[in-house]
Amino acid sequence: MNEAKSKTQGAVQTTGHAWDGDLQEFNNPLPNWWLWAFYASVLFALVYWVLYPAWPVAGTFTKGILNTITFVDSDGNEKTTHWNTRALLLKDLQESSEAVRSQEYLDRIAAASYTDILADADMMAFARSMANGIFGDNCAPCHGAGGGGVIGLFPNLADDAWLWGGTVEEIETTISNGHYGFMPAFEETFNAQQLDDVADYVLSLSGQQPDADAVARGKDIFQSSVGGCYYCHTAAGTGLRSQGAANLTDQIWTIADVTGAASLRDKQAAVKRVIANGVERNMPRWSGRLTPTQIKLLTVYVHELGGGQ
Amino acid sequence: MTESGEQALYQSRVRIYPRSVKGRFRNIKWAILGLAYGVYFLLPWLRWERNVGPDQAVLFDIVQRKFYLFGLVAHAQDLFWLAGFLMIAALLLFFVTSIAGRVFCGYFCFQTLWTDLYLLIERLVQGDRVARIRLDKSPLGANKLLRKAGTHLLWLLAAFWTGLTFTLYWGNAPELALQWLTGSAPFPAYATTLFLTATTYVMAGLAREQVCTYMCPYARFQSVMFDADTRIVAYDVARGEGAAGRHKVTRNLKSHQQREQQGIGDCIDCGYCVQVCPTGIDIRDGLQVQCISCALCIDACDAIMDSLGWGRGLISYTSERQARGQISRIWKPKTFAYGAMLVAAIAALVWSVSHQAPLEMSVVQVRQPLFVRLSDGRIQNSYELHLANKTDQPLQLAVMMRGLAGAELDIGELTSLRLAPQHSVRIMARVRWEYGHRTKGSRSFHFDIVPQQRQEIGMISAPATFFIPGGEQ
Repeated sequence: MNEAKSKTQGAVQTTGHAWDGDLQEFNNPLPNWWLWAFYASVLFALVYWVLYPAWPVAGTFTKGILNTITFVDSDGNEKTTHWNTRALLLKDLQESSEAVRSQEYLDRIAAASYTDILADADMMAFARSMANGIFGDNCAPCHGAGGGGVIGLFPNLADDAWLWGGTVEEIETTISNGHYGFMPAFEETFNAQQLDDVADYVLSLSGQQPDADAVARGKDIFQSSVGGCYYCHTAAGTGLRSQGAANLTDQIWTIADVTGAASLRDKQAAVKRVIANGVERNMPRWSGRLTPTQIKLLTVYVHELGGGQ
Repeated sequence: MTESGEQALYQSRVRIYPRSVKGRFRNIKWAILGLAYGVYFLLPWLRWERNVGPDQAVLFDIVQRKFYLFGLVAHAQDLFWLAGFLMIAALLLFFVTSIAGRVFCGYFCFQTLWTDLYLLIERLVQGDRVARIRLDKSPLGANKLLRKAGTHLLWLLAAFWTGLTFTLYWGNAPELALQWLTGSAPFPAYATTLFLTATTYVMAGLAREQVCTYMCPYARFQSVMFDADTRIVAYDVARGEGAAGRHKVTRNLKSHQQREQQGIGDCIDCGYCVQVCPTGIDIRDGLQVQCISCALCIDACDAIMDSLGWGRGLISYTSERQARGQISRIWKPKTFAYGAMLVAAIAALVWSVSHQAPLEMSVVQVRQPLFVRLSDGRIQNSYELHLANKTDQPLQLAVMMRGLAGAELDIGELTSLRLAPQHSVRIMARVRWEYGHRTKGSRSFHFDIVPQQRQEIGMISAPATFFIPGGEQ
C-alpha cells in the first residue's frame, strides 16, 4: 500500500492535451485552502461594499451603512458623515493620543510667559517643530522656508537686523498687526547729480569708500530738508523702528543688493535705484487668521531663527 | 473546465492523524517546548526595579520609543541592534542548518511548538490516532460534538492566551491584561490579540503541516544549505530492505535469523514511523521536502527495534555521505565561514550593547538658509543639536564649541540645560564667526557637551562644519 501511494504522489498529472505531437500540459492542482482563501476574499469584498463607500452611482456614490464618523469641524460644530479618510484624519487630529499630547504642550505654551518658554529646552523644541509647519504654511511663501527672505522684496528673518524690532514683544506685534513699510521715491526730487551724491553718502555709512567730495555733498542732502532722509533714517543713519526705517550703517542690505554687487559702481547703482524708486512693502495682519497660541509659537520661532534681541 | 472533466483542479488535503510516541527526541522536544513556553508566557509578568521607567523586566514601549530589556534600555536610535540580532539569528540558522539540517524546524519553530501543544490537547480530549480516526468517521452525536467542541474551545483558549501574552510585551502587563478583560484597553491591543488568536488557531489547529509545506520560506531556503555532510533523518535502506525487501513479522519471518536467511530486511513494515509523522510522510521513501527533521520517526522505530531486541538505528540521524559508508565532515570551509561570521556578529553586538554611550549628541546643520550675513559683517550658521540622556539620572549640561578661533556660540536662554533621565531634546545653536577675507568653503569644528556634576560620564563631542560664502563683502 505504501509503495502504491508513493508512486501516485511522485507522478505529476497532465491535462491530457497534446499539441504538436508531444507538447503536454502539467496539471499541478492548487491546494483547497487556497481556493477557500480566494472565496473568503470575495466575501470580504462584498461585506466591504456594504459597509464602506464603494460604487459610483449616477453622480454620487454608495455611502456604506452602519459606519459613520463623528468629529468636530473647524467651527466647533459636531458633524457626522459617512466613512471617509478625511473625516478620519480630522477625528484623529483631535482625539488621537498624539493630538492629546500635542494639545497638552499647546496649553503649556499658551499659559507660559515668553521668558519661561525661551528658557525651557522642551518647550522650545516643541515650538520649533510645531511653528515650522505654521511658518511653512503662512510665512514661507514670502520669507522663504528658513526665513531667509528675498533681497529687494521680503526681509531676511534669520539675521540680526530687525526693521520693526527683534524682542519677542515686538515680533508678536509685527505678526499680529502686520506692517506697512514705506519710503518715498526721490526720482523727481533729486537730479542725477544729487542721486549719485546721496547714494555715495549712504554707502560710506557702512564702510565703503566712494569719492570723498561726493560723500560730503550727499551728506548735506541727507541731513537737510533738501532730502530729509534723516527724518526716518536718523542723523546717524541707524534707522528708526517706529517707521521700519533700515539701519544704513550695518552690513545688511534688505532692498538694495549691495552685498551681491561686484564693483563700487554696481553698489552705487543698486542704492540709487532704491532712492529713486522708493520702497513700498506690506506684511498682512495675522491676528484674525491665526490663533493667539499659533502667533506665540511663530514669535518664538522667528525670534530663535536669528537669535532675536 | 478542462476537457477531461474528472481531473481535479484543486487538491483537498489528506488529513493527518499523528500518533503519539515516547522516546529520546520526544523528551528533548518536550523540554524545549517547556522552556520556550515558560519564557514566552511568564516573561511579561516578571517585575524589575528601575529608577526611571516601568517596573517590568521586558517591555517594548512604542509610544516613548524605549525598549526595556532587564537592565538595558534601548532607544529608537539603537534600533540597529535589532538588525544585528536578526543577522545573528540568520547566521545561527545557516550555521546550524549546514551542520545539523532543519533543527530549527523540528525543535524550535513556533509552528512546531504550537502544533505540538494543539496535538496534545487533541489527544487529551479525543484520544490517540486510532480513536481520532474512529471519532471522525462516526456519525455526529453527543459524544462527538462534545469532544470536537471541547478541542476547539481549548485550542481557542490556548490561541487567545498566546495572542494576549504577545500584546502584554508592549505595555504594563498586569494593568494591560486587566484593561483588556474589562474592555478598556486601546484598540491596537485588541486588534493584535485577536489577530494572533486567529492566526495561532488557524495555523496550529487547522493548517498545521501545510504551513511548512506550502507557506514557509524558511523550509525552502534551508534546503540550499544542505550538502552530503548535513545531518538528516534517514532510513537505513540496506538494513531495512535487505536483498528481498521489507516484510511484516509472520510465522516464518519471526526471528532475525529467519529473515536474514530469506534476504528480508529489518523493517517489519509496521508503519509506526509513518503514523507518528506530523507532516504525514514516509521517511523510508528518502529525504523529502516535507520533512521537518523532528526525529519522531526515530523514536518510533527505536521503540519497535527495542521491543524486538534488534538494535536501534534503522531510522537515525545520519548524512548522505555517512549512509554511503563514508565519513562525513562537519568542519569545512562553509561551516567555518558561517561560524566565523556568527562569532563576529555576536562579538560586534555584544561590544555595541556594552558600550552604549550614556550621553549622545548628533548635529544637523540648518541648510535653509545655509548661512546668514550679520549686521557687523560676521557670518552666522545655525545647527540643531539632538541630545539624549540615556542614564537614569538627570544631567546638567554645558554646551560648548571649539575649533573656530574667536567664534561666538549662542544657544539663546538655555544657558543651564538640564536633561531629565532617559530623555532627549533638540536645541538650536547659532555660531557667529568673523568673516574677514576667508576663502569660500567649509571649516570643521566640534560641539562639546560637558556634564556638570557627574564627571565620570565625561565630555562628548560631535563634528560640524561652518560654511563661509565666497566673495567680498
